[in-house]
Amino acid sequence: MTELSQIDTRSLLADVTEFIWTEGAYLDAKDYAAWLDLWTDTGLYIMPIDEGDDYANQLNLCYDNDKMRRDRIDRFNRGFSISSAPPAQTVRTLSRIKIDNAAGDVISVSCAEHLIEDKFGRQRVWAGNAYYTLIRTDDGFKIDRKIVRLLNSAGMLNSFSYLF
Amino acid sequence: MSLDMPKFSDLDALYNTNTAEVATSMYEDPDLFAEEMEKIFKKTWVFVAHDSEFPDKGSFKLSNVGLEPVIVVRDRKGKIHCMVNRCRHRAATVCEVKKGKTSSFQCPYHGWGYGLDGSLRALPYPEQYGDDFDKTQHGLLKLRTESYNGMVFATFNEDAEPLVDFLGEGVCRYIDLFMKQGGGFPVKVLGEHQFSVPMNWKVQLENTTDAYHFPIVHKSFMQTLDGETGELFDFLDKGVGYVEDLGNGHSVMLMIPELLDLDENLDDPIPERFADLAQQLLDDGYPDEQMRKIVRAVSGAGFNLNLFPNVSFSLSFLRVLTPKSVEQTDIRHIALGMDGGPEAANQMRMRLHEHFQGPMGFGSPDDAEVWERVQRGTKGGEDLSILVNRGMVDEEPGEYGPRGHISAETGMRAAYKMWKGMMSQ
Ligand code: FES
Ligand SMILES: [Fe+2]
Repeated sequence: MTELSQIDTRSLLADVTEFIWTEGAYLDAKDYAAWLDLWTDTGLYIMPIDEGDDYANQLNLCYDNDKMRRDRIDRFNRGFSISSAPPAQTVRTLSRIKIDNAAGDVISVSCAEHLIEDKFGRQRVWAGNAYYTLIRTDDGFKIDRKIVRLLNSAGMLNSFSYLF
Repeated sequence: MSLDMPKFSDLDALYNTNTAEVATSMYEDPDLFAEEMEKIFKKTWVFVAHDSEFPDKGSFKLSNVGLEPVIVVRDRKGKIHCMVNRCRHRAATVCEVKKGKTSSFQCPYHGWGYGLDGSLRALPYPEQYGDDFDKTQHGLLKLRTESYNGMVFATFNEDAEPLVDFLGEGVCRYIDLFMKQGGGFPVKVLGEHQFSVPMNWKVQLENTTDAYHFPIVHKSFMQTLDGETGELFDFLDKGVGYVEDLGNGHSVMLMIPELLDLDENLDDPIPERFADLAQQLLDDGYPDEQMRKIVRAVSGAGFNLNLFPNVSFSLSFLRVLTPKSVEQTDIRHIALGMDGGPEAANQMRMRLHEHFQGPMGFGSPDDAEVWERVQRGTKGGEDLSILVNRGMVDEEPGEYGPRGHISAETGMRAAYKMWKGMMSQ
């Protein structure tokens, strides 16, 4: 953060917050085409189970590169997956947004995520921490890495028909 | 509830062996569930852990036998013990760490200390118990523990037959075949996915021996496979393979016959999806023959081996069920890999596991959805029965028991026959 003045920091935080809220709104609205456009080609979307950060060498809930991300969205959209036709509806809040590091065009951001899902007349609550690596481009921010750690990721979960 | 006067004396009404019909109450009667926990889960061998989950002396892991929380531990001599996670003083759990290493278990409430074998070693201020307090009578409640090829089972029943007799020759043979996916290395647990589903445990017991659902429920998974792999999973259309009753409620469902024995057909061409892995292994210095063995092992075995009452060996992973209540069951999908094997191979095993299994897999959520739909459906039409009669018409004698079409419900009938036998004791 050394290079940034307080004003720069405030305006970066405002920009990043707007981006993260937009991303969250896409996911709640299941506007997956718009969501996919937010990513770099090399982006990784990971939901770990255990604490370590050697994600490639540990079992995760998901470890999605560009192809897996697109396959996942395709699966949601095609209507053959009984768990996502219809999917649970979600409402999420992303807050406590904090810029952890900013060097050149690479910005590390973390925030709290609360999500409530509704299906079969039953609601479930999930809480986690989300960690983003954003790249500043001419086309706005792009996500190069998004890690979502559920509070109970190593515990007994339910199946998810949506993304965090 | 007194077990002397069982409410469910008419077992034929619950499972009709001749017509293979299951009564709706089998999925939703809490009294029946309580009786099952006594007569099945307290009486038979229940899978509790894989060797690699607690590999060293002093290693332990928490598990369950039916509704009972247990600790599985390896003592200083390497002997495996399984005991109920409950202090003999006033019942506090003595361990809440899911797995780890220790030299003893100390109760947090008043400090009673237990050895790795469950024996009561010491307690603070013992004088108030008098001189005739017998520590040997106050160890943790122990279960009998035996294992086969890395699979550790426990039972509350002192009179249960030896584990290998309970498994039988057929099951042991298929376990040995399954464990070949170590590719020459010991099989190791790489992690697990856990999720809970509002369903009776028997809905799950049926599912791993159900090939009939695969092309329907897993269509969206199939659509993400390459052509060659899709072909492999097209077993229903091809009508290859079979389901066979292996005795004692166990069964096997062979879906991909060419992957029955992973040591065979090593000279076959490497499938397209493993081409990069094969090249990587060669680059890493693995000789051609070993590379082929590892690549074949990564694909997993070609069958599901379903054990009564709580564990399945499913293609490349273990599926463990834990009944929680009559309408709630916890599921663990345990990922397996090669202990000391190539990193690239284990990475691919984990990515394949993530692809299908667990809360975010392309398969499990659809399974969980239909299991829950079964439970929801049983709220209507109480007098209708659940049919597990598919494939009775063309069942033939197999090597170990009746053998049916790949989509036959032979494995479910095997499980319900065992269920009925145990419930009538
Ligand atoms: S309850 Fe364990 S020492 Fe008292
Ligand atoms: Fe399935």
